[in-house]
Amino acid sequence: MLLIHCPYCDDTLPELEFAYAGEAHIVRPEDPSKLSDEEWRDFLFIRTNVKGVHAERWRHINGCGRFFNALRDTVSDRFLTTYKAGEARPDMTQLEAAE
Amino acid sequence: MTKYRVKGKGRVNHAKPVSFTFDGDRFEGVEGDTVASALLANGVHLMGRSFKYHRPRGVVTAGSEEPNALIGTTRGKGQFEPNTRATMQEIYPGLKTESQNKWPSLAFDLGAINDRLYMLFSAGFYYKTFMWPRSFWDSVYEPFIRKAAGLGKAPSEVDPDSYASRYLHCDVLVVGSGPSGIAAALSAGRAGSKVVLLDEHAEMGGTLLSEPSITIDGKEAWDWLEAALAELDNLPNVTRMTRTTAMGYYHQNMIGLVQKLTDHLADAPTAAPRERMWRVRAQEVVLAQGAIERPMVFHGNDTPGIMMAGAAQTFLNRFGVLVGENPVVLTSHDSAWYSAFDMADAGANVVAIVDTRPEVPAALVQQAMKRGIDTLVGHTATGAKGRLRVKALRVNPVRHGKVGPAQMLNCDAVLVCGGWTPSLHLFSHTKGSLHWDPEAKVYLPGHKTENVHIAGAGRGLWGIAAALEDGAKAGTDAVKALGRMTGTATYEVSNDRAGTGITQKELPTDRSAGKAKAFVDFQNDVTAKDIRLAVREGMKSIEHVKRYTTNGMATDQGKLSNMNGLTIASDALGKEAPQVGLTTFRPPYTPTTFGAFAGYHKGKHFEVTRRTPIDSWAEEHGAAFEPVALWRRAWYFPQAGEDMHKAVARECKATRESVGIFDASTLGKIEVSGPDATEFMNRMYTNPWTKLGVGRARYGLLLGEDGFIRDDGVIGRMRDDLFHVTTTTGGAARVLNMMEDYLQTEWPDLKVWLTSTTEEWATIALNGPNARKLLAPFVEGADISAEAMQHMSVVECTVGGFPARLFRISFTGELGFEINVPARHGKALWEKLWAAGQQYDICPYGTETMHVLRAEKGFIIVGQDTDGTVTPLDAGIGWAIGKKKPDFVGKRSLERPDIVAPGRKQLVGLLTDDPKTVLTEGAQIVDDPNQPKPMKMIGHVTSSYWSEALGRSIAMAVVEGGFDRMDQTLYLPGESGKPITAKVTSTMFYDPAGDRLKVE
Repeated sequence: MLLIHCPYCDDTLPELEFAYAGEAHIVRPEDPSKLSDEEWRDFLFIRTNVKGVHAERWRHINGCGRFFNALRDTVSDRFLTTYKAGEARPDMTQLEAAE
Repeated sequence: MTKYRVKGKGRVNHAKPVSFTFDGDRFEGVEGDTVASALLANGVHLMGRSFKYHRPRGVVTAGSEEPNALIGTTRGKGQFEPNTRATMQEIYPGLKTESQNKWPSLAFDLGAINDRLYMLFSAGFYYKTFMWPRSFWDSVYEPFIRKAAGLGKAPSEVDPDSYASRYLHCDVLVVGSGPSGIAAALSAGRAGSKVVLLDEHAEMGGTLLSEPSITIDGKEAWDWLEAALAELDNLPNVTRMTRTTAMGYYHQNMIGLVQKLTDHLADAPTAAPRERMWRVRAQEVVLAQGAIERPMVFHGNDTPGIMMAGAAQTFLNRFGVLVGENPVVLTSHDSAWYSAFDMADAGANVVAIVDTRPEVPAALVQQAMKRGIDTLVGHTATGAKGRLRVKALRVNPVRHGKVGPAQMLNCDAVLVCGGWTPSLHLFSHTKGSLHWDPEAKVYLPGHKTENVHIAGAGRGLWGIAAALEDGAKAGTDAVKALGRMTGTATYEVSNDRAGTGITQKELPTDRSAGKAKAFVDFQNDVTAKDIRLAVREGMKSIEHVKRYTTNGMATDQGKLSNMNGLTIASDALGKEAPQVGLTTFRPPYTPTTFGAFAGYHKGKHFEVTRRTPIDSWAEEHGAAFEPVALWRRAWYFPQAGEDMHKAVARECKATRESVGIFDASTLGKIEVSGPDATEFMNRMYTNPWTKLGVGRARYGLLLGEDGFIRDDGVIGRMRDDLFHVTTTTGGAARVLNMMEDYLQTEWPDLKVWLTSTTEEWATIALNGPNARKLLAPFVEGADISAEAMQHMSVVECTVGGFPARLFRISFTGELGFEINVPARHGKALWEKLWAAGQQYDICPYGTETMHVLRAEKGFIIVGQDTDGTVTPLDAGIGWAIGKKKPDFVGKRSLERPDIVAPGRKQLVGLLTDDPKTVLTEGAQIVDDPNQPKPMKMIGHVTSSYWSEALGRSIAMAVVEGGFDRMDQTLYLPGESGKPITAKVTSTMFYDPAGDRLKVE
């Protein structure tokens, strides 16, 4: 079981308290009616499905209830960092330098 | 005393005999024995039959890696366990054990015919033997495979045992209690760290238990061990756990342990758990799991009596059992020479030590000579004589690659050592990398992904001195990693038995290699020939070889066979081992009971049961219940002699004729409040909410962003800034999650608060022409007359003296009210209405009647009539879409090309030509019953009931282009006879004009 840091509670807690919520930084278009079928399809269905560092959403569902973002390596299943919803995706090079 | 027990040897209690049964025969062992050691003390080597060829097999190891000696154990009723390792099961008085894979008996087994038909079972036989003729599949092959498949027999009764589960946090977890594990625990324990030391055996000590002649710090090995364990026990920060297996190593240093608590006890305490699963989160882990001895691969190497030399040494020194009186030792490693010496010193006549290496250390040869043991260096083994027990070993000299003339060495046991494989299974679970040591021909730990230290033989180190030193260092390193300082202990070891050896492919032979039955994997009956065949047939990676031959795929996961298989495969491929790869070890390390995984989560504790405040009333009144999500709901209320069909027909009739009462408390309820509540509702739901006045209610439809129906429910506007949202019973948590998601991440600017109120309210539905008459006298603070309170409205008032949110809505087509009162008053109000309702012959009804009544009106149930691919238009409820709204969740998707394309499945009514025929829900629909099979299915039945009100059956179905098929006849092919015919209709079966709502 993974340990996950909730950026709102500022606490590292067991995976049981959290729920995965899909890829992060996919913003719902301001006015969907202006999108072409292809653009709307991409928004709905097309995901990066990366092998490596993946920005994704989690919810501290059995805790504070907040949605937040995380960078997780899909190969090692390791969380590199978590950050609050609305914040920009952290720069990986800076993260690596900090390690 | 049994024949092969050596007086004064071993750690067993010779003075305490223990009797048990094996295949119905009584055997005597002593306290401290395993089933294997006790049988060996009686001269029994034959303990099982192999999986595929049913070849007689003897025990080959003394530990959990045992591939052959798998037995069934019975501890009591329902307490049968198959595939228990005889080497791990401790005996106790009255233990019943049996061998497996044999019929009629272990010594005479008819299944051994497979051994003669071995050509049929070569590598990849799954893909070859059973291919043709095609007609043989059903009648011959499948029954044969089913009968032969599976190792041991599955228990058939409910397991009456209980299993416990606990969490544990520690600084340093040490896996394995051999010399390196104990040294690590001592280092970390003395430094004050919270240490857990565990071992899968009943007793700690590992190799030390088999090496009593070594001295450490001036003490004999066992005295040192006793003192070391006593020191650990005196440290309050150290915990020792025996009979405990680290079965899996998971992320962030979480290790799963299974502790066996009662399997070794004749009289287990009542209610004591049989096993306990520990989920340990350790700061640092020390893996001190040692190494596993490898067999040698030669013709007949699986004959009972041929076993690992290290195992023989363990049986002798730990259990006081001589595995044979005239053993031959066959080895490519120094370690087996010491086994031979111990055997000779204990009185065995060691016939010869056969070493496949061209040269061996002179000191070993001298020691052998001193004991009068013949040594045959530079020899190979080419066969074994004997069927149920080895009688002789055939050996030949090898000079310059040429195999010389054979000689037979008569013997009653062959002690084999083909080198040692570092046990890195748990390390492999962490996805730590392994690197190939070309000199020692072993994989050693490489890059680490967790806070883990590997010590001793796991790193390819050999000898007690090296193990102690490395263990002490690992313990110190773990303490330092925790940020503490500590020194490293040193140990003085004398009489150590350090040594080296080589790894080999199958041994050279003077006979046809093609006819050799030289086993690599004992448990899955894979031979060297099979592996070479797999390579010839194109398998280039060890992963392919493994799956084609099944090498290493048995329950022992190739603990003995993987390295030999890899060595042979890499030889056949002409590549170095690392280029051929290594298969991945996965948890569990050894077979683990389902009970340990399930723990407390069984029976009533499997999942929670949610009950409404009115549940106890329903139970008292004889309700039958059904599970809906986690709730248990009253399904119907049978009266004497009624089945469900009759009860539902009566409940439907009573409700339509007078008044029915229904517990709707499980409906999900969410309060949406705040200044932007209306805007939020407009964006979430398809419907328009701006113009919905306070005190009015509306059917709300929720889509996913993909345009498919997710949920629905009636929503009442309590105030300008407060909506009372209801959801489906199963959808409540999902809907709230979805609302929170949009509110937190897409529209954080909206001032809206969401509160789950499902369990705050009890909800009682009254339906039927007399509903208002019954309810009105209870209502204060509101006028519920037809004029004052229209259909689809809500009012705050008191009902029966309790504060209430009273809706006038109908899910039945009748005049209907839903009364929400605080949950604690639910049952009291229900009882008041029940008492007053007697004058109207009030009828309680359950979910089945609710389903029928709503189906008669064509109201959908999300998740029954929809399945995640149904749009509002498909379901015929396009009227619920606020077409003028610029946007709502899923709106854009309703214009997607596939959504507007013709031929979508649409929800229609179906009326069978025979009104008495009730269709099966899920039944498939075709438009031409005479088309060839497989027919094209154009839809399926989603809801189907007997309608008492209409005196006939009704059904709803999703059908391709259904709206354009009105009055068309469709067909439902059944399992037998003619297809059922039915006409497409509207889903509004009953009172389409809605006149029944208009009750004055």
